[in-house]
Amino acid sequence: MNAPTTVGALSPLKLADYAPVIGDGEIAEIQHLARALSGKRLKMVNSTAVGGGVAEILNRLVPLLNDVGLTTRWEVITGGEEFFAVTKAFHNALHGAPYQGRPEWIAAFLNTNEANRQRMQFDEEFVVIHDPQPIGLVNSRDGAPGRWVWRCHIDLSHANQDVWEFLRPFVEKYDASLFSSPAFTHGLSIPQFLFYPTIDPLADKNRDLEPEYIRKVLEEFGIDAKRPIITQISRFDRLKDPVGVVQAYRLVKKYHDCQLVLAGGGASDDPEGEAVLAEVREAAGKDKDVHILNLPPWSHSEINALQRGSTILVQKSLREGFGLTVSEALWKKKPVVASAVGGIPSQVIHKLTGMLVHSVEGCAYQIRYLLSHPDFARQIGEYGHQHVRENFLITANLKRYLLLFLILQRGR
Amino acid sequence: MAEPFQFVAASYLIRIRTERAQTLREMAQHLRGTSDESIFYHTFQSLETHHYSTFSSDFAQWVQAACNEHALAEQMATVDLRGIVSLSDLREKLAGFVEEHVAANPASGERKGFEPFHFCEAVEMTVPLDDWASSLAELADGIRRQSLHTLHYHFITSRLRLKLETNDFSHWVQHSLGRSDLAERLNGIDIYTNTLEGVREEVLATLAAGGAQ
Repeated sequence: MNAPTTVGALSPLKLADYAPVIGDGEIAEIQHLARALSGKRLKMVNSTAVGGGVAEILNRLVPLLNDVGLTTRWEVITGGEEFFAVTKAFHNALHGAPYQGRPEWIAAFLNTNEANRQRMQFDEEFVVIHDPQPIGLVNSRDGAPGRWVWRCHIDLSHANQDVWEFLRPFVEKYDASLFSSPAFTHGLSIPQFLFYPTIDPLADKNRDLEPEYIRKVLEEFGIDAKRPIITQISRFDRLKDPVGVVQAYRLVKKYHDCQLVLAGGGASDDPEGEAVLAEVREAAGKDKDVHILNLPPWSHSEINALQRGSTILVQKSLREGFGLTVSEALWKKKPVVASAVGGIPSQVIHKLTGMLVHSVEGCAYQIRYLLSHPDFARQIGEYGHQHVRENFLITANLKRYLLLFLILQRGR
Repeated sequence: MAEPFQFVAASYLIRIRTERAQTLREMAQHLRGTSDESIFYHTFQSLETHHYSTFSSDFAQWVQAACNEHALAEQMATVDLRGIVSLSDLREKLAGFVEEHVAANPASGERKGFEPFHFCEAVEMTVPLDDWASSLAELADGIRRQSLHTLHYHFITSRLRLKLETNDFSHWVQHSLGRSDLAERLNGIDIYTNTLEGVREEVLATLAAGGAQ
């Protein structure tokens, strides 16, 4: 097994870069909080450096933490195919999928955690472990000086009890836990804090683009900019229900001459991606208006262009941790149709910042409604943008972490 | 010379508690038993975030949206927080409304809401800023310059912090500048049916009308 890796060469982000977006007052408040933590060290640990929402958040958050004076390292655990197959099964089970684990899976999970733990040092004042994959590293907490935090990005509201009860004793060894929604919590004996995931308005995925670039990207993918474009941006995962989106599109297509774009990739810790992609291709058949784009993880500008070039953005997940693509869409002032699961209702307030749905038919109906009422679609897009500005930007996440560390430092 | 006004930056981290209400009866029980910080969070703190929902009180919003009990929701939403100087008073009022409603409509007490209500509380962290005002004009400048969280702290949560039926700005204007008239006008600004940005604009307009140039 390879040694855990430190993720380097991150974006040279500065907090001051965000002043035009959030204002000088907010920047000054963040700097005040950070001053009280100046020189402290922090370690963030997760299981992948590329692909998926967690890696995206850390890729932007870690430079900002360093910029405000907290010396922050991001490390990624390593594991073999079996380990990631087990953690994928855990992930699905925690989202509510059936779980038929084998006893050797537990051993593979524990052994990989232990092997990583042996190779890592934890002498920082704060350690934040993301999601279940590296959860066992907390066994290093005894004797280490730092405060340990478990950040859960998963919707645990329908968690398989066997898997959750296996993980729970690990979780309760931490000093605090962070969840994306109150509904995801399980009455832990340690403090539970609400941490909305956030997007970066300056990232390639979200920054403003020239209309010419958007047109070029649509053209490259063979998408007709003159006809309505319905898009779901998500990795090819059954929990994102891409086949359900194809079914909704077919219902809409009876009324509107529209196109469907399903764009995403497989994260490096997701071995199911290829199989799901094949299912989606089969569901799409030979319809030339369905564009299935399996994009590499660095396609941020292309994804941005696809979102900005779309008429409506969809997130028809069956389960969701938070669904950052929804905030991305709202930031771009796009009308959004999304499932009322996980953290999505925090972002989409029905009929005000988007449309919430519960079925394929409901999804199709709301798409049709928005296509028929472009003024209303524009209005909810504007409200959505404002909602994200207030709640779901990376600067809010940075501030929450600073507050958390101050609270932990003071022993509250 | 008047005592200068010092701006304070207040930030909040939301702690998720273990109480969950599925029914109105459970809501009443938890309203009696949850922490003062939780009562505060779901009534005062929520003024900072509810721009789009019908009511600014989380409790009222849940009673309406999840339990479909509109009359009770209106009762809970329209408690005038400016007349409340202690959280125990507020707790008593809110729990009392729910208990009376359930007593009068027993079936409503056991009916499950569409989604549970999760009790939370805010952990406050304050940092005094190197930003002072010695005149109305400087106060207005500071209000314009500082974030909405700071405005929320001085104008809304101050009522409970100081157990005063007023806010930090009115208190300072009255006691340091001797402007009772202006203090009263500031205190009359409606904090419930407006966004925080809207509140800021009204505060600035009131200060301007009161002589801040």
